[in-house]
Amino acid sequence: MTSVTTATATAGTATTGTKMTGAEMVIQAFADQGVAHIFGYPGGAVLPIYDALFHQNAIEHILVRHEQAAVHAAEGYARSSGKVGVVLVTSGPGATNAVTGLADALMDSIPIVCISGQVASHLIGNDAFQECDTVGITRPCTKHNYLVRDVNDLARVLHEAFYVAQNGRPGPVVVDIPKDVQFATGTYVGRANIQHKTYRPKLEAEDGQIAAAVEMIASAKKPIFYTGGGVINSGPEASRLLRAFARETGVPVTSTLMGLGAFPASDPQWLGMLGMHGTYEANLAMHDCDVMVCIGARFDDRITGRLDAFAPGSKKIHIDIDPSSINKNVKVDLPIVGDVARVLGAMTRAWAARGLAMDKAALTAWWAQIDRWRSRQCLAYRASDTIIKPQYAIERLYHAVKDKDVYITTEVGQHQMWAAQFCRFEEPNRWLTSGGLGTMGYGLPAAIGAQKAHPGALVVDIAGEASIQMNMQEMSTAMQFDLPVKVFILNNKYMGMVRQWQELLHGGRYSHSYSEALPDFVKLAEAYGGVGIRCDKPADLDAAIHEMISVRKPVIFDCVVDQQENCFPMIPSGRAHNEMILGDMAVDLDAAITDEGKMLV
Amino acid sequence: MSEAPERIERHTLSVLVDNEPGVLARVIGLFSGRGYNIDSLTVSEVSAESHLSRITIVTTGTPMVIEQIRNQLARLVPVHRVQDLTVEGYYLERELAMVKVRGTGEARSEALRLAEAFRARVIDATRESFVFEITGKSDKIDQFAHLMEPLGLVEVARTGVVAISRGPTAL
Repeated sequence: MTSVTTATATAGTATTGTKMTGAEMVIQAFADQGVAHIFGYPGGAVLPIYDALFHQNAIEHILVRHEQAAVHAAEGYARSSGKVGVVLVTSGPGATNAVTGLADALMDSIPIVCISGQVASHLIGNDAFQECDTVGITRPCTKHNYLVRDVNDLARVLHEAFYVAQNGRPGPVVVDIPKDVQFATGTYVGRANIQHKTYRPKLEAEDGQIAAAVEMIASAKKPIFYTGGGVINSGPEASRLLRAFARETGVPVTSTLMGLGAFPASDPQWLGMLGMHGTYEANLAMHDCDVMVCIGARFDDRITGRLDAFAPGSKKIHIDIDPSSINKNVKVDLPIVGDVARVLGAMTRAWAARGLAMDKAALTAWWAQIDRWRSRQCLAYRASDTIIKPQYAIERLYHAVKDKDVYITTEVGQHQMWAAQFCRFEEPNRWLTSGGLGTMGYGLPAAIGAQKAHPGALVVDIAGEASIQMNMQEMSTAMQFDLPVKVFILNNKYMGMVRQWQELLHGGRYSHSYSEALPDFVKLAEAYGGVGIRCDKPADLDAAIHEMISVRKPVIFDCVVDQQENCFPMIPSGRAHNEMILGDMAVDLDAAITDEGKMLV
Repeated sequence: MSEAPERIERHTLSVLVDNEPGVLARVIGLFSGRGYNIDSLTVSEVSAESHLSRITIVTTGTPMVIEQIRNQLARLVPVHRVQDLTVEGYYLERELAMVKVRGTGEARSEALRLAEAFRARVIDATRESFVFEITGKSDKIDQFAHLMEPLGLVEVARTGVVAISRGPTAL
């Protein structure tokens, strides 16, 4: 008899039919799926898997300090590398702590496989210690989830989980494994033997739709490409095709928060980000366009503003891999279900094959109009030589890092919007932010994940002093794993975006938005063993940023900025794109926002 | 979108799913989580060897919402197929109900006469009560129950709607 328990998880050694324990199957399936790093936290119900991890070296485990951070780190890893992010947590609180990260990954379409331990099968439903209904709790915040009751189903479920997470519109998948299933011995099957029964996303569009789309674009006088995170999720080829097709047609390009980097910000056809805090030229071009091509975006409320005034005179083409994103908020004229790269490839070929060309005169007039909007200089702000303006801080930071191999993450709030406005991304996968769920505390763990995927790169978390405290504990993870992430805090001593809304919508009553009792961030960095830097003078900023970048250690940079600064441009809730407020307008903000708008978030 | 408010429509959807744990919770959670209406929902395994269940949902909403419901259902991983029977036309819809009526004398005979007219069967009887079994479209059952009210209606149990397309093709 050969031993059935010595199947060690080294990549590619186990074949279908090998006997091993459930815990070993988890490690083997990771190896077969090409997983090199996992983010996790041990506990009673996952000890067998941690034991199996102990016996191998192929997979590195990054121990976080909180399970929410494990998921965000896996998100940062996934989004910066294009791979699936893998998370390992225990039952009960381990799983519930992971919920925020899972919901975040679902909203932003990030491929995650999260393995959770569960109490032994016979204890399920008995309110056992550290038991919770993990599949019940995570059902609405995952793309799919599984509770595995038989060890002989486990290998199949694990491979299916990876398949579901990364195919179609990506998302998080939870596999909940009771402890007895981890101990039990069963038969392993390799990934090649798994074909999903039902889940087959449609990737290719029909020829008729492609033909209709290119004809519609060629007929446009005021076209615009409105791109989103789907371009990035589709892979580098999608960005390449987008660039090529945009240059071929000369159509202006804007993007959502999630899509930044798919089209290079240095390109003359780039209009900047659109939406609530998007540029004047992007939003007005959206409002006035006659043909809108939405590529991998989903007409989110932060993009559309008031729906009945959204791009009123336009015909809309919507390319999305998820049919449920189409006609959800905005009725479109030509829906195209498919993968962005394949659809753009087909459109490029159809454009050439039909010998199509844009109406040059109309396009020239359209660009002349856009240039007039651009000349409005909507991101301009009043500079100061006594106090650091947050916009200035990000401009200087961006200037210092732009020629490096850099990844930028953010927390959520004003600093996030300023980062989106003032960092100019040239490549996809370089910008990691919580767009859909808007999770404060995302940035530091996401930076850790990105740094793990790109050890030689510079990874900067642009943060606020409030957000950073939500997952501050991950400094310890960064130290332990020698991940020299830089936390660049725009410290305005307020939850800035909350303060801004209270100023604009609630009569300046700053209810509980002041950051009282802040820690000394320099000492805090030092307490963790990292480097702390504080800067409060514009003249010192460049040197301080240079110091932050040059040190090979985690850094917390406390950048003391103007407390009063608001983030503009801004489309008030419930308003249309052409009703945006600019920073230098003297408007009565109370009148700018309707009572109906105040009801919106 | 348009100036005129969109009309509310009633649609019957057939959904073929893998009969795996939690699949019904997924469907129901989708409806509650996204604020869709469920007028009726039935589910049962239809093929034991291939582990398939068929869910019939009657829902109401604007055409845009109905399209959303169909797409959201189709994107659930264990869902094989979704068919909007109302859109596709020719289909049959039936519901079964058990209707308990208590009474004596003239009311009791009137209940029996009406049951006959509605082709309801008596499946339980005591000297002061009947349980009728009635099958048909939902509005027929509504009407039968309504008629039984003054005659001593005690309670009604209904299966909810099941539906299938006419003709030789499957879902």
